[in-house]
Amino acid sequence: MNLWQEYKRPVSVPEAVQALASAAGPALPVAGGTDLLLDLKQGRHTPVHTLVDLTFIPEMSALEARGDSLFIGAAVPVNRVALDPLTAAHAQALVEACNLIAGPQVRNTATLGGNVAHALPAADGTIALTALNAETEVASVTGTRRMPFTSLFAGPGKSVIDKTKEIIVGFYLPLSTPHSASCFKRIMRPQGVALPILNCAVWLERDGDIVGDIRIAVGPGGSTPFRANDAEGTLEGKTLTEETFNLTLDALLAQAKFRDSARRASAEYRRHIVGGLFKDVLYTAWGRT
Amino acid sequence: MTNQISLTVNSKPYTVDAVPSETLSTLLRERLRLTGTKIGCEEAECGACTVLVDGEPMMSCVYPAERANGKTVTTIEGLAERVHEEMKLHPLQEAFVEHGAVQCGFCIPGQIMTAYALLKRNPNPNSADIRFALKDTLCRCAGYPSIENAIIAAAEALRTGEPVKLPTHIPDSVHEHKTVGRKHLRPEAVEKVTGEAIYTDDLKFDGMLYAKAKRAMIPHGFLKKLDVSKAKALKGVVAVLTATDVPAEKNHGLVIYDWPVMVRIGERVRYVGDALAIVAAQSEEIAEQAAALIEAEFDLQPVITNPVMARQADVPQIHEKGNLLKHIKVRKGDMEKGFASADVILEHTFHTQTTDHAFIEPECSIAVPLADGRMEIYVGSQIPYQDRTQVARVMGWDEERVRIVGQLMGGGFGGKEDVMGQIHVAMLAAATKRPVKLLFDRHESLLVHPKRHATQIRVKIGAKKDGRLVACETELYGDTGAYASLGEKVMTRATTHSAGPYDIEHVRADCFAMYTNNPPSGAFRGFGVTQSAFAVESMMDKLAESLNIDPVELRRINALHVGSITNTGQELKESVGLMECIDRVDAEMRKHDPHPFAPKVDPSNPDIVRAWGFAAAYKNTGLGGGAPDISGADVELYADGTFQVRSSAAELGQGLVTVMRLTVAEEMGVEPDQVRVLVMDTDLTPNGGPTTASRQTFVTGNASRYAAKTLRDEIAASMAEKFDIRPEKIRFEGGVVHVNGHSMTYAEIYKEMTAMGQHPRVRYEYEAPKTQPLGTGGDMHFAFSFGVQAAEVEVNKLTGEVSVLKVISANDVGMAINPLGLQGQVEGGVMMGLGNCITEEFIVDNGNVVTDRLARYRMPGIMLTPEITSIIVEHPIAAGPYGAKGVGEISSIPTTPAITNAIYNAVGVRVDKLPVDQEMIARELWMRESAASS
Repeated sequence: MNLWQEYKRPVSVPEAVQALASAAGPALPVAGGTDLLLDLKQGRHTPVHTLVDLTFIPEMSALEARGDSLFIGAAVPVNRVALDPLTAAHAQALVEACNLIAGPQVRNTATLGGNVAHALPAADGTIALTALNAETEVASVTGTRRMPFTSLFAGPGKSVIDKTKEIIVGFYLPLSTPHSASCFKRIMRPQGVALPILNCAVWLERDGDIVGDIRIAVGPGGSTPFRANDAEGTLEGKTLTEETFNLTLDALLAQAKFRDSARRASAEYRRHIVGGLFKDVLYTAWGRT
Repeated sequence: MTNQISLTVNSKPYTVDAVPSETLSTLLRERLRLTGTKIGCEEAECGACTVLVDGEPMMSCVYPAERANGKTVTTIEGLAERVHEEMKLHPLQEAFVEHGAVQCGFCIPGQIMTAYALLKRNPNPNSADIRFALKDTLCRCAGYPSIENAIIAAAEALRTGEPVKLPTHIPDSVHEHKTVGRKHLRPEAVEKVTGEAIYTDDLKFDGMLYAKAKRAMIPHGFLKKLDVSKAKALKGVVAVLTATDVPAEKNHGLVIYDWPVMVRIGERVRYVGDALAIVAAQSEEIAEQAAALIEAEFDLQPVITNPVMARQADVPQIHEKGNLLKHIKVRKGDMEKGFASADVILEHTFHTQTTDHAFIEPECSIAVPLADGRMEIYVGSQIPYQDRTQVARVMGWDEERVRIVGQLMGGGFGGKEDVMGQIHVAMLAAATKRPVKLLFDRHESLLVHPKRHATQIRVKIGAKKDGRLVACETELYGDTGAYASLGEKVMTRATTHSAGPYDIEHVRADCFAMYTNNPPSGAFRGFGVTQSAFAVESMMDKLAESLNIDPVELRRINALHVGSITNTGQELKESVGLMECIDRVDAEMRKHDPHPFAPKVDPSNPDIVRAWGFAAAYKNTGLGGGAPDISGADVELYADGTFQVRSSAAELGQGLVTVMRLTVAEEMGVEPDQVRVLVMDTDLTPNGGPTTASRQTFVTGNASRYAAKTLRDEIAASMAEKFDIRPEKIRFEGGVVHVNGHSMTYAEIYKEMTAMGQHPRVRYEYEAPKTQPLGTGGDMHFAFSFGVQAAEVEVNKLTGEVSVLKVISANDVGMAINPLGLQGQVEGGVMMGLGNCITEEFIVDNGNVVTDRLARYRMPGIMLTPEITSIIVEHPIAAGPYGAKGVGEISSIPTTPAITNAIYNAVGVRVDKLPVDQEMIARELWMRESAASS
């Protein structure tokens, strides 16, 4: 099968962006490749001339604390994200999401960078990173820059990153604070493609009985990974009770744009079940603080 | 400059040139010839291609070969150690063999490699750890519980250094014999765990070309133009053939020859998978490119999308004789009288979906032309002699000019009965005078081969207040798709079984098996009864509720028993173990829960409700309906004192070769390993008939048995003559022949007989008891198997999510000849039934296949595997080998209604359309709640 002609294995980020820029034909970066290679094989993506493998770049395979952040290289396999003690300590929602992505063999190659680059509004890793307020480092021939996580997405399946020129290097997550915690859960259906019907991640800080800073992400709650800002505003600074929960859920339902996905779930079904999922995730995170 | 790849594979260093677009699986299989790594989907879905890279399990089908540079790769071939001449299996390999975790074997390298990586990381995994690790390593034979047990046993052996513990929960047959009925290993199990087992795609021949078919990819229309010039001009293309190149018969088919080998210009395309042209080229890539260069134009026609539409007036007629393949009728008693005498009458219509066999090994055929003008075809086929006939008809040859050389099969389940690539490769090999291989990828496999019939079933059932059924009327519409395949037979079985395994005086059933523009439907484990059992067993529970009778009791009241007359007028004279199945499943279920059908709310989560459901079924063994049911077997004694038994019956993972081996060992009084088995070769093995209808244990089991008995008689006669004693004084025991007070080895027997000019070889052609066609009364089938299952489910009332927690499965198999293989059939049957109920739906939208990738067609994996309890019931049938009858299908049939009945018992929502739709359940529940609160 003619999928690619040249395969580059750069060992640094500048070398990788240079390889993209100097390729003799259409070029793309490949990390895990579990989506890209299938897109190429199945004709959803036109064949490329050059594939630039990012997994040989130490920086992109790093997972470490850097200052007040946890850095996760975009080419770190999701299985390592799921198993690393640092993510267990600082990004529980991400661990839970990564443990649910595909199966173990795919998790050993698939990466967070790929999960994010595909820009699906309900990708498990993406929803967790949304709630964890990740910052993204992006490299191009002109250098690197940091972007707020949600600004990466332009629409369903569309990111603002130009994959033929730019590379997602990694993600910076705030280190956890003494009274903060997070949680991720999802609802599937057993038929058809293995995309969640709904997923939800919550990160929050707790001050006694009061909800402090809180971030809520729900997929697919819009055309891009959805932050329920109105719901966050409703609950922040309040005591968590049945009543405040219901108000928060109302705010979430008012802001989220659920849609019909053929053969997967209707918008109506999603609206009906999101409350149960959100409650479960919120109270689990709350209980962890 | 060419890149190089340096890697270590199974401790051996390799440096090879990089090849653009190459994946690790291709490097391993094609260049290093390590073919133990299997390709099931090339979509990173099935896990068959799992290898370890630097110790971690990876899907090698989506792993770029160049990424493996500098890495260490371990494949299935790297686990066993060769100690001197002996292969010393890794404990995992040994445990898979001993626990019966190996069936068709195709997924096994992936299972073992995934498990191997798990045990490296976690030497003492529990069930949850194993399920987590094996989540995406699919087994369609679905012996998941045995796989789990094998891994636990291997882990223990690795930790303790003790030998692998053998399974203790699989009982021997209650009918005592020396060899049959006891646990013995599959003859081919070891090669399947070491990666040495060869399947068709693993074969390579000198000068072999690669073929690809151009498919219509429109559901209905007339072929107006076909331009193959660009394909022919492509460098590396050796031949492009179209319908005008078909030498003799234009059509193929199993019963009716209605399926064109290729569609001719001006002729009708009936489904997306119709072949328009075939290409042979130097490489797979070139063949694929060439097929893509073929241009076709069509005069599109309206699409017949379902069988009800197909029967309407004024719709296009897809075949010359019309859209009706067959109107099937069952008539018994007087319906008016029956319903008039009923106290309760219920009526409901059910819909079942199309499903795909999704055997992990896609179809592959290789034709090899011989110098003498003959043609060998290497293929995994359920009906080798039919393949031979069909190839010969199309080629215009005598059948003997074709030799089908059957290969190990990575699952079949009914889906490898129709011809797929066999004719195409024969044509291309004849045209090019070179070997030609045609391997389907998963996409083509999903598009082209026949499926399970989607069926609409209306059931009207009448009963007395005391629960006695008095009348049952059913009407079925079966979607047989574009071509007949076995559609008429399948829908006949759906129809005759549509009133369930019950003794009912008045029965009427009508089925319309209709052609549509969907992919064809044909044989699929359960053969129509899977569909009708769902409908009637749902009705039985509805009836139990309206009569306020326990569902189990309702089935007891009506169960078929010895002396019953079936719906087709057959008196059951023996071997009706249904009541014992009901009683034993009921008892086991009530051990878990004395009130199994009452909903139980989870104390920790009020949205979670559990309950049990119950269902019964029966399924014929054998072709029936008046078709002669014949199998031939040879048994031969060799100079070294070993035997070979041969038949052209198919081994697709179900364990027939074990049955044949044990049978001959039993009759000759030798150890099983003294008996070799050869199957599926039309030059070397006599016709065993189709491997379908749960018939092979019965017919080829009997053929093997009688061939062995005859050989024994011949040996006795020879020795009697030589030693001048009466033949009945000669005994066959303990691996030797006792003659006149001394014992002779079989090697000595061979020597004596050949010296006397006799060749110790017997061919026996067994014919099963005669049956009668439907509608003529009498015995339509020579045996029936019975099965009962109970399922415990958990339903989330908020989301509608369903999970199956436990399944108890009792099967009356007559006699358990091969208990280890039987365990696999029971586990796999439950899982295939669970898939049919919960996960699987082959979706066709206006004739176009939506589920054209494995990623969109979900079969159940180990995570969905419930706790399965198997109960073997053995009511022997006199004509069966040692009393045995079939089990392959019955083990799968009651699962679906047991689950849907359990869902109803848990939350009160009746599933009447498959698969179970959790959104429908949730919606029903929230609508009820809002109706109750308003």
